[in-house]
Amino acid sequence: MKNTHLTSVAVGAIMASGVASTALADGHATELTLCWAAWDPANALVELSKDFEAMSGHKMNFEFVPWTSFADRMLNELNSGGQLCDLMIGDSQWIGGGAENGHYVKLNDFFDANGIDMGDFIPATVTGYAEWPKNTPNYYALPAFGDVVGWTYRKDWFERPELQEEFKSTYGYDLGVPETLQQLTDIAQFFQGRDIDGTTVYGAAIYTERGSEGITMGVTNWLYNHGFLYENPDKPYDLDGFVNSADAAAGLEAYKALYDTATPPGSSNWYMGENIDAYRSGQVAMQMNFAFIWPGVEADEKVGGGKSGYFPNPAGPSGQFAQLGGQGISVVAYSEKQDAALEYIQWFAQPEIQSRWWELGGYSALSAVVEDPSFVQSQPYAQTFLDSMAIVKDFWAEPAYADLLIPMQERIHNYVIAGEGTAQEALDGLVRDWTEVFEDEGKL
Amino acid sequence: MTASPIQKMAEKTPPGMARNIKGLSDRTIAWIFVAPTIFLLLAVNIFPLIWTIRLSFTNYRVNRPNKDVDWVGLRNYERILNDPDIWNTMQATAHFLLWTIALQVLIGFALAYLINKKFKGNDLWTTIIVFPMMLSPAVVGNFWTFLYQPQIGLFNYVIAFFTGADPASFSMIGDVHLAPWAIIIADTWMWTPFVMLICLAGLRSIPDSIYEAAECDRASKWRQFWTITIPMALPFLMLAVLFRGIENFKMFDLVVQLTGGGPGNTTTLTSIDLKREAFEKWRTGYSSAYAVILFVTVFGLASIYVKALNKVKER
Repeated sequence: MKNTHLTSVAVGAIMASGVASTALADGHATELTLCWAAWDPANALVELSKDFEAMSGHKMNFEFVPWTSFADRMLNELNSGGQLCDLMIGDSQWIGGGAENGHYVKLNDFFDANGIDMGDFIPATVTGYAEWPKNTPNYYALPAFGDVVGWTYRKDWFERPELQEEFKSTYGYDLGVPETLQQLTDIAQFFQGRDIDGTTVYGAAIYTERGSEGITMGVTNWLYNHGFLYENPDKPYDLDGFVNSADAAAGLEAYKALYDTATPPGSSNWYMGENIDAYRSGQVAMQMNFAFIWPGVEADEKVGGGKSGYFPNPAGPSGQFAQLGGQGISVVAYSEKQDAALEYIQWFAQPEIQSRWWELGGYSALSAVVEDPSFVQSQPYAQTFLDSMAIVKDFWAEPAYADLLIPMQERIHNYVIAGEGTAQEALDGLVRDWTEVFEDEGKL
Repeated sequence: MTASPIQKMAEKTPPGMARNIKGLSDRTIAWIFVAPTIFLLLAVNIFPLIWTIRLSFTNYRVNRPNKDVDWVGLRNYERILNDPDIWNTMQATAHFLLWTIALQVLIGFALAYLINKKFKGNDLWTTIIVFPMMLSPAVVGNFWTFLYQPQIGLFNYVIAFFTGADPASFSMIGDVHLAPWAIIIADTWMWTPFVMLICLAGLRSIPDSIYEAAECDRASKWRQFWTITIPMALPFLMLAVLFRGIENFKMFDLVVQLTGGGPGNTTTLTSIDLKREAFEKWRTGYSSAYAVILFVTVFGLASIYVKALNKVKER
């Protein structure tokens, strides 16, 4: 039996190398470089791409950059017309710039010619990762990795009878998955400074990072649910009264209240990595983070294997929304290997490859994968992922996305973390900053 | 008469070249030698400076190469000088500068004074004290980030030991009131040895004979310190202040590693702010004006200071 396996593997390897050699000899094979962030899903993609290498004969190289410098590094690469990347898994907010500045190849004809239908993907991911302008059938990417901000909590702590009893007597309702942001704050405050098994623990790890996009990705989960809108729905780029409405200011105040009362000391500049560390080390009862971390949580010895639970961002007074993460995969217009890059996208879009992508820890955006009856049972977080993807909202995806993000980071961080001014002043300032950007862009 | 080596060398010069060189003045030859260096300096120092000054009067943004560049006159300068955020940044820089220099000079001089006394293990202690300045600022930044951790940081535990406070009850780099002190402490830890070395050089340059004469005049140690040690070491102290002042005015790496300029803008020094304007917001014209203002400030202050230093040396 063992020998048969070995023989199969050897034959497979010889065939694969044969195909590769033939392709190389034909001159069709090439080396493709795929650029993405350095994180767990990227490792899964490396594994997945081995199938593509064996099938096509092309060699895959990868350029992975840590999240905190990912946007800087890759946007500079695109803005300078660099040829480092043939394929780019760029952040959802880059799609406008990618399309309007000619960085990404428009994929409509390619999709039509190869039977790739955007209707087969989760609608929110198509709008978020592939379309520009939004809600028009102009595609510059294939949804590659569905992601959304959600919550992880210590199920084992929540289920302790003595804590449940104390919580109910204090707050008047059961300790469990929070349904509203207020409940989440109550629970976080309940755990803040509590002694659990001889260790002082804290309420929640939330996004507070200033340098890249951290605090924006966190605070929007509060702002959206309190009534914040990016613009007047009837008049594009009309910001006043929507960005800085009284409801939005209340949402910002609520986020600051959570930071002030229920987060670990010293968490003034935390993003994905710090939140993961705090949660895994047993410092916090809950953590805000993108869904990509959930496979890692489940596999973790200390907090995985049933000790953790997952829930979507809870509702606020004005609805239930969650910040969209995730990315689409695009062909870089400056690449000289666009044909091979398109081959990769064609291969990646296949349902069986998307299924394998999910198995390896990548969040497929293909409806056939996530709507499969077995999907919900496949992982403890699968249902939460689906629920969360149904309530997503995204940051501006304008070409001036980076110029819009910087003032938001600054205004929000200065208010929430440093306590400068009021929530209303912070949002009023943001309206001024964004108005200036849109004026510079000629959109106002 | 035998020919000198220079004459021998001259005789070996190929006739063609000799014909070309013949007639060149010493001054011309000197220019030929100096020209490459001058050219290099112009290319890498003077030209960028002039270009920066030129850009400071425009609305140029390097990330929008296709957009028209307009001449905006003094608008960038006006906006910078009227921007309260920039004045806050200047204030944060001044606070950082004054306190780091004061602490480093005080502690550095005290250490130099002690090390200058001959005792057993003198060299070993000097090496140990000098160790922090041998480290990279990025390493020191990371190292102090861990020391300042509220849950596990040694610094918090030491403070807690002496004050009885809960170590997790305060965050040196997360608190707006403590963060400016956090960067001052880390910088002082790292650069006090540098000041100490300069002061030590100053103290060792004072001839023993002066102290011996003072002893003969029955001057007390205290009087010797104030009338001999301090005045004679003063030029060295002033030099140390100049070096640390210039270095800390452009402080970037250590602070970025420690606090990233936060929380809020409390530790955003001018160099960090300038970098954000130039390479995150890509406001090239605006940041050029900002750089010119900083350049003029540092250059002006340094010139005044150097004049004062020269006067002290002449005394």
